[in-house]
This record gives sequence, structure tokens and C-alpha cells, in this order.
Amino acid sequence: MNDIEVENITMRFGAFTAVNDVSFRVGHGETFGLLGPNGAGKSTLIRILTTLLVPTAGSARVGGFDVVHSANSVRKSIGVIPQAMTSDLDLSAEENMLIFARLYGVPGERRRRSVRDLLEAVQLSEWADKPVRTFSGGMRRRLEIARGLVHEPKIFFLDEPTTGLDPVSRVAVWEMLEGLKKERDLSILVTTHYLDEADKLCNRVAIVDHGRLVALDSPMKLKASIPGNNILEVSFSALPEGWLETLKQLPEAQNVAASDHVFRIVSNNGPRTTVGLFEAARRAGVTVASLSVQSTTLDDVFMHYTGRQLRDTTQDNAVHDMSYLYQQR
Amino acid sequence: MQRILAIIERDLRKFQRSPALIFTTLVFPLVQLVILGYAFGGNIRNLKLGVVDQDHGYEAIKLREMFGAVEATARAFVTIPYDDLGSAMTDLRNGRLSAVVNIPPDFTRDILAQKDPQIGLMVDNTDNFVANTLESAFTDIVSDFYKNGVSVRVEPTLQLETVEVYPYTPYIQFLLPGAIALSIFITAMIGGGIIFIDDKARGLHEGYLVTPITKAELILGFNLAGAFKGVLAGLVLTVFGSLIAGIADPLDPWRLCKMLMLIAPASFAFISMMFLMMVRTNDPLVPRAMFGVLNTLLFFPSGAIYPINAFPTWRSCSLKSILSPTPSTVSRPCF
Ligand SMILES: Nc1ncnc2c1ncn2[C@@H]1O[C@H](COP(=O)(O)OP(=O)(O)OP(=O)(O)O)[C@@H](O)[C@H]1O
Ligand SMILES: [Mg+2]
Repeated sequence: MNDIEVENITMRFGAFTAVNDVSFRVGHGETFGLLGPNGAGKSTLIRILTTLLVPTAGSARVGGFDVVHSANSVRKSIGVIPQAMTSDLDLSAEENMLIFARLYGVPGERRRRSVRDLLEAVQLSEWADKPVRTFSGGMRRRLEIARGLVHEPKIFFLDEPTTGLDPVSRVAVWEMLEGLKKERDLSILVTTHYLDEADKLCNRVAIVDHGRLVALDSPMKLKASIPGNNILEVSFSALPEGWLETLKQLPEAQNVAASDHVFRIVSNNGPRTTVGLFEAARRAGVTVASLSVQSTTLDDVFMHYTGRQLRDTTQDNAVHDMSYLYQQR
Repeated sequence: MQRILAIIERDLRKFQRSPALIFTTLVFPLVQLVILGYAFGGNIRNLKLGVVDQDHGYEAIKLREMFGAVEATARAFVTIPYDDLGSAMTDLRNGRLSAVVNIPPDFTRDILAQKDPQIGLMVDNTDNFVANTLESAFTDIVSDFYKNGVSVRVEPTLQLETVEVYPYTPYIQFLLPGAIALSIFITAMIGGGIIFIDDKARGLHEGYLVTPITKAELILGFNLAGAFKGVLAGLVLTVFGSLIAGIADPLDPWRLCKMLMLIAPASFAFISMMFLMMVRTNDPLVPRAMFGVLNTLLFFPSGAIYPINAFPTWRSCSLKSILSPTPSTVSRPCF
């Protein structure tokens, strides 16, 4: 069974279409990334899947429950970290967590233990009684991650968990998330506009732009799916006669240039060129002394599918519009 | 229920963590009580009244003695003798005097001749209230003068006797319910208005609403917590306000009980009103902009400053504009 099933979801605000006919499935144990620039519709999609918004059209099931008709069952089985930092600054880390444990109806005796374990897992035990006001952004995010898991859900939604954090905190957040995922057997749906993050940590990535899902696959396949320019930088133990010509004959090689015993090979397909390279080296009786392959990035993928560079279309301090919360449906 | 309690607990913990807020909600209404209570409290005192006696006759001296007697007892004004009308008028125009009484040269002669004597009262009418006070004091003195005066017999005039239904209440006591209502109102404004909008805008509510709590439960939780804070503020104000206003036996448990019955629904009403206004508001500046006006809107027509009706008891303060039509009758036995 899939943990998340999205079928032809469309969300319109007046005449504006924020999510346009999106469908995908997230299997159990998967880390699924929604990658897109500001205003792509990532948060809107997460709000639909977490029952905060009712879609204009289409349907979605989370944990086997319909997000519109069984909203309460969905809420009980998911953990959600909204895009805005939502910890209460006046309360301590522990108090923040206890309140959520109660909101989720975690029984009293289990509450304290669960909170303690989770604070431990995100390395905030020492800070349990400190007011969140004194926390750094990364600490607050870690606390929120712990908070989202107080009721031990199996499906975890995170809306841009690392946006606005410094690189060190970003790595810390992702490491914790990976650890928790393994330990608790989670399925994760995460949005981001950091390409490296999506690349490293997601099993599959959906690229969203203007509310549409423009591509969906594992990061590797996505990168392989576009005619990309890989650059191989390689040096050898020895240089046989006519070696440059041999390199130019490598499969998918576009162009080869040599400088100081280092050859730069521009390739349409890095892996195939690399395989060919080793084959040629073996035949010629030389060994590869060093090799670096700069592969196509997801940015190139994004560029290919949307015609724009992702990093040009995002900003870290997005404005959060909460006006929808108490509107009548 | 568990979820509502969790929200209430959150709110109260937050409240407990902000001593500045507690100070503001409790101490400021007391400050207002003291300042306004004494400022508007008693009657107007020590107005400077210039007296120009151009007559120097027997009747003029008698009249001046009456002024002196009033001056010594009621202290509404102090008289300052002037020799000529010109300099008195100059001082009046310069604001050094509030009024000038002019006793003309023929005053005694006119009375003896049984002609209608003339006395002039020139008042600085820039302050209506002062002018009215002086005019009525002056009219009283003059009518007394005629009544007791041996020289003149005036037709007996119709005397209107006023019977006061309630015993006299000092203004500060009259204002006390207003201060209590104000403390409740401040808690409602801050807790129900400002904090609510700020939390919503910061996304805290989004965080709550993805848990199994419903919107109705969430708002009810905030509402009950707000009402509880209001009751707390109201009761503290009742006790300390009573002490300050000099109400006998401020800790009388029976009266506190009755006040609680009044304060609790008032708190709930205030906070509910606030949520009704705020639930669709998203801009954190809106409540801030609204509250100054809302405050005066509730305070001025309450009867605390400007009399709007014939409810001459201190009970008819702010609570009245919110609560049932006759809180006076309801709460009067409380004090
Ligand atoms: N309640 C709403 N009413 C009207 N328009 C909305 C509403 N919520 C979102 N939108 C619009 O829908 C579009 C998608 O918004 P969304 O927040 O889903 O983007 P996002 O991908 O999460 O972007 P970001 O990276 O900035 O978080 C935006 O153009 C936004 O203005
Ligand atoms: Mg977003």
C-alpha cells in the first residue's frame, strides 16, 4: 500500500490556480521531495494533504484515509512541520512538546517518556526546560521535528524544514531526520528549494512549477533523463601514443582538452563515458591516477524542464499567508 | 476536552511567563482609578474670584461676607478684592481669575430704595464646567442674600427639594466598576486580540490545526483561557480597587462571590466579542489600530465621564454598556 496517493489534485484560489492537476504516489519508507521555486504550490499541496485545505478537484489519500472525508483519521496518523516556525517562544521545549502530545491524545504515562526520547534524538535534552525564545533557528527546527513525532506517526510532512538555516544547521537537521526515519520507519514528504538536499536525501523528487508537476523520478534518473554535460577530469599513470585521439573516441564524449597531464572530457553521459574510459585504459595498459566526474545537477534538470534556473526564482524568507485558516469553505 | 485543556494550559502558562503583561493588565487600571477618581472626584476648588466693590455700603459688605463664608466652608473659590473693575477684568482675560463679581456704586442705595439692585458676574467661559459651577454658586449666594436680607422682601419662590435615592458615592467609588471592566477589557484586548492575531500570523495556529483539534475547540480553548485571565484581573481589581476607593470591608466573601458572578460573564462576553472581531483578521496591526478607539468608545458612553442618563449611581459604568440593561440593580447589593 502507498502511504500517500495524490490523484489529479487541483487547487484554485479565485481565478488563480495554485496546484494544477497533480498526481503522485509515495510508497512506504520513501523520502519524497517536492522541489520548486517560491509560489510553485508546494505548501498548498502540503496543506491539502494535511487536511488544512480542501482541494477544488481531485482526491488524495494519506495513510489509507481520504484527506477530505476522513480528515480526523489523517491528522492522527501524520506528523506535520509547517513552513513557518511554529514553536511557542514563551514556553520551554518540553512544554511545547507536551502540549502537542496532549493535542494528539497521547496518554499521560507515555507522554513524558516519548517527549524525553525525542528530545534526546534531536539532541535538545539539555535544553528541555529552556524557553524556545533562546533557541537558534536550527534548534527550533529540530524541536519542531521532535514535536511532529510525539504521537509516533508513520507519515511525516515537512514544509521547507531547512529554509533560512545556515549550512551547518541544515546538515544537522537532515542527519537527524535521516536517523529518525530509519529508527521509526517513516515515510517522508518534504518540500525544499535546495537542490543539493533533494539530490542527496530524497529517494524520488517531483519538480513542481506554477502548480504543475513537470518531472518525477529518482534524482539520478532525473539527471540521466536530460542530455546533460558531464565533465570528467582525469589523469593517468602514463600517456601512450595518440592517447588524446583515443579519449576523443570514447562513447558520448563531446570534447577533450588536455592541460598539465589532466584531461577534461565533456560528455553527454558521464557514466557511459566513464565506463568507456576504464575500458580504454585497461586495453592500453595504463591505470587511472585520478578521476572526478562533475555530474549534471538537479538545477540543470530544473532548467531543462522549466526553462529557468531554480536558484534565480527562490528566496529564503518567503512571506507566510495564514489568511486561509479561518475562512469558510 | 483534553485538547481544550491543553490549549487553556498553554495560554495560562504564557500569561504567567509575562510579568510585564500582568503588571499592565492589573496595575494600569488601578492607576487610572486613582488618577481619574481624584481628578474628577470632588467638587471644583479654589477658583479665583475677583470681587470689585465700588459701593462700600452696608449691603455690599454683607454680600462680601457671604462670599467669605462660602469660601471658608465649601472652598469652591477664593475671593480676591480689587479696587477697580478695569484691573480685575484684565486679570480675568489673562486667566489669573476665573470670574469677577462687580458690585456697582449704587448697590446699597438701590436696595434701600427698593429698586432692583444689579450685581455683575463676569465668567471665563472657556471652561464650561468651571463657569457653570461658579454661576450656580453665585446664584445660591445671591438668592440666600435675598432670603435672609432684612432690606428686601421677595415673593416666596417655589422650592424644589431633591431626594437622592442612593446614598452619596464618591466619584472614585463610582469609577471602580469602570476600572474593573477596564482590566477585563485589557486582558481581552491583549489575549484575545493581539496575541491571537500574532500567533495566527506566525503560523502557530496552523501548527495546532494539523493535529486532531478542531477550529471550534481551538477557539473555545483560547476563549476560556481568556475569560479565566479576565476573571483573575477583575477579581484582583475588585479587591485592590475597593481598598483604594475606600469601600468598607473589601474582602467580604459574599460580595466577592456576587462580583464574581458579574465578572465571569463580563469576561466571557468581552473575550468572545474580541474573537468575533479578530477571527477573520490577519494583519497584526489591525487590533492595535482598533483598540485605542474601542477603548474610548466603551469608556465615554459608559457614564463614567459624561452623564448620558439619569442613573446617578457609580454602578452605571462600563459594565453597563456590555451587560444587561440594569447592572446597577444587579450589582448594587454587591458593594
Ligand atoms: N489562501 C490563498 N489565497 C490565495 N492565493 C493563495 C493562497 N495560498 C496560496 N496562494 C497562492 O498560491 C501560490 C502557491 O503558494 P504556495 O504557498 O503553495 O507556494 P510554495 O511553493 O509553498 O512557495 P514558497 O517556497 O514561497 O513557500 C502562490 O502564488 C500564493 O500566492
Ligand atoms: Mg511554501
